[in-house]
Parts: sequence; structure tokens; C-alpha cells
Amino acid sequence: MRITCTVNGTGQEVDDVWAGESLLYVLRERMGLPGAKNACEQGECGSCTVYLDGEPVCACLVAAGQAIGREVTTVEGLADGERLHPVQEAFVECGAVQCGFCTPGLVVAAHDLLERVPRPSDPEIREALAGNLCRCTGYEKILDAVRLAAERQTRR
Amino acid sequence: MDFLQPTTWSEALTLRAERPDALAIAGGTDVMVDLNFDRRRPGALLDLGRVAELREWQVAGDRVRLGAGVSYARVIEELGTQLPGLAMASRTVGSPQIRVRGTVGGNLGSSSPAGDAHPPLLAAGAAVEVASAARGSREIPLGEFYTGVKRNALAPDELIAAVLVPTATGPQQFSKIGTRNAMVIAVAAFACALHPDRRGVGTGIGSAAPTPRRAPDAEVFLAGELEGAGLWESRGELPETLARAFGERVAAAASPIDDVRGSAAYRLHSLAVMARRSVMWAWAQYQHDLRKAA
Repeated sequence: MRITCTVNGTGQEVDDVWAGESLLYVLRERMGLPGAKNACEQGECGSCTVYLDGEPVCACLVAAGQAIGREVTTVEGLADGERLHPVQEAFVECGAVQCGFCTPGLVVAAHDLLERVPRPSDPEIREALAGNLCRCTGYEKILDAVRLAAERQTRR
Repeated sequence: MDFLQPTTWSEALTLRAERPDALAIAGGTDVMVDLNFDRRRPGALLDLGRVAELREWQVAGDRVRLGAGVSYARVIEELGTQLPGLAMASRTVGSPQIRVRGTVGGNLGSSSPAGDAHPPLLAAGAAVEVASAARGSREIPLGEFYTGVKRNALAPDELIAAVLVPTATGPQQFSKIGTRNAMVIAVAAFACALHPDRRGVGTGIGSAAPTPRRAPDAEVFLAGELEGAGLWESRGELPETLARAFGERVAAAASPIDDVRGSAAYRLHSLAVMARRSVMWAWAQYQHDLRKAA
């Protein structure tokens, strides 16, 4: 099966995709975009979170064929060239990263939250990130990073 | 494996009839897990994601016709007033990433006893609209739709078109037990609905029997007691003893098992507690509800 879709603003076309393959596999193994991580493969951990037509989804639960003709944005597409997105900057500054495996998914989920809710309350942050598991940092630094990014974005 | 991608409902029904080996996929939140873990290898995937008709909902008489492909996220955003119980339950489904993809039709198709949409749909008195290319549409009362663990009354050539849910005429509540607020498969779940227009009570039990089911004795009991005490008119206090007796009857309607998520005994206990609390919450809402009963 041939998959054509737009990824991070660029048209992509890959052939010989198996019908049962996930969007995550296509992104990582066929398009060379390893930002979205492969962990649970059942939608529990959120480490494969990407945008599909502007909505944050678990790429492991999207069949590759379902992405045909759609727009996908991965964590690789958030920065402006070498300049990190404010959410990414805030993760670095707050030390919201330990092993880093959950980071891409959390960055996309936090990015989506701040697009929809520029000044989220703590419960709103917690609910928005509830589908992203981190097994290292205990989440406090991650919450700090989201608060910092929100503050900076709204101040602009 | 083939990937079938109809763009209209009639095309979807034709493909369903032609390919009995195809597995229907909507949001993929159940189906992709089975594929990723090698649990299923269907001859084809029948992707319903491009069928625009399935993503629509409209008010049809005194019911909402909810297209099978409407996501939980949209139920929460768009249907909180008409279908409050289903909206509450939808908010407890998975995570934002799951709710934006997962559909109520998919929950019905999977027919897991733990599916979060089932209890509020049962409590509301919903029916499932299914269709085939050969025989057209038919309506299956929800109580008859579930036939066993992850089994339902859908014929091999049929697809789920919509769920028909009576618009709420009174308060509805949903409770669910799990180890945390997010990403939880229910250990047990309960939904109740007050129907002041016909002085009835609806119930739905999840994760505590081979299929989702109602608690008919509890419904009749509570409706009778409310009627007898004139509480529908007076909107007086709901006696705690009555709520407790209701909870006991709800638990008596369940037939849970011990499994990795919890014991049968805990499920029965939690159901009695959830039913008592849910009906107290619903009644408190009814007392403060300024809308006139129809």
C-alpha cells in the first residue's frame, strides 16, 4: 500500500506499507522521523503523540492508511529551524527531562494544551497531560515547564 | 491484509457484505492494540474514518441520533446538555489522545463489558441502529445488543450506523472505579438517569457481568418508592435509607468475576456504593433543577 501525506509541512510518499501498520511505524521506520517514541503500542503512555490534522493522537493507534491525505505534525516539526519552540525551551530550562523518552510526547501534548488554553489552571494541565507517562521525574518539573511556557507565551 | 477505505455509507455496507473477513476500524483505539500485539490478523481492515455520515449527530424527535463515528471528545464538547450521562462517561475515557480518536460506535462494536459508554446508554434507554446492504436498517434495543463478553447482535454483513439516545429529561450521573482518574479500564462502573417525564429511573452497570446490563429491579423499586412518597412533585429530600436500598438492589443485579483488575466481592461492594452516591447526586440536581418536568 502506498501512503502519501504531509508531514511537518512536507509531502511524503512511501510504498509497500503493510495494511496493519501503524502511523508510528511509518514515521519512525519509513520516513526517518524517530522523534515520536515507540513504547507501549496500546495508547497508554503517550510517548508517540503527534498531531493528525491538528489533533493530538497516539500515532501507534492510527492505522497508516488512515493518515493518507492528512497532515501530520511530529515533535520534529515544532521548532522553527534551530530555534526551539517556547514549550521545548521551557522543558530544557526547567529540567523537565531525565531519560528523555517521554519528552517528545509530553512536548506535543503541552503544545496542544497551550494552543487551546493559553493560561491553563493546574487541574487543566494535569488533565491534558494525563495520557503521557513519565517514569523518571515525577512530573513536578514537567508541570513547572508547562507553567513557564504558558507565562512566556501569554506575555508576548 | 487489505485496507478498504470507503468514502460513503453505501460503499461501506457493500464492502462489509463482500468481505466478511474484514475488521471494521474507526478510531483504532481498540483495533490497533490487537494488531500491534499480534492478537488479530483479519483479512482486511475496513476503515470507516472517511465516511462523513458517521461523524454527524442530529436531534430526531425526542432522541439524539449519534453517528457511530462521533468521538468522545465531541460528545463532551457538543452533547453535555442533551446526553449528560454519556458526556460524563466520555470524560473518563482514556486520555485526551484517546478521546479525540475513540468513538461511541467503536465502543459498541467492541462490546467489552468494561466499555465506558455502555452504562449511560443503558440508563438512558438507547437503541443501536445497524444496517446492511441487503436488508437496510434495523434498530436493536441496547439491552438486546450485547450477547456475551465482547459479543453482540450485529450480523456478519452489518455495520453500526448510529446510537439512538433519548434526550435527557432529568439528571444523569456516572461513576467509575479505577486506580487513577485517567487511562483506567473500569473495575466497575455505574450510571443512573432520572426520567421525571415518565417518573422512571434508568440504570446501567459496567465491568460487573459478562455484558453491560441494567438493574431492572432497582429501577422499579426506586421509581415506585419515589411515586409512593410523592417525591417527584415535592422534590423533597431523598432518604439515605432509600438510596442505600437502591444500591443494594443494583449490586444484586450484577454477576462479577475475580480478575486482574479487582475481585468480585469488591465489584459488588463498589457498585452498591456508586449506585447510592450517584442517585443522591442525581436527586440533588433534580431538587435544584428549575426546568419543569415534561
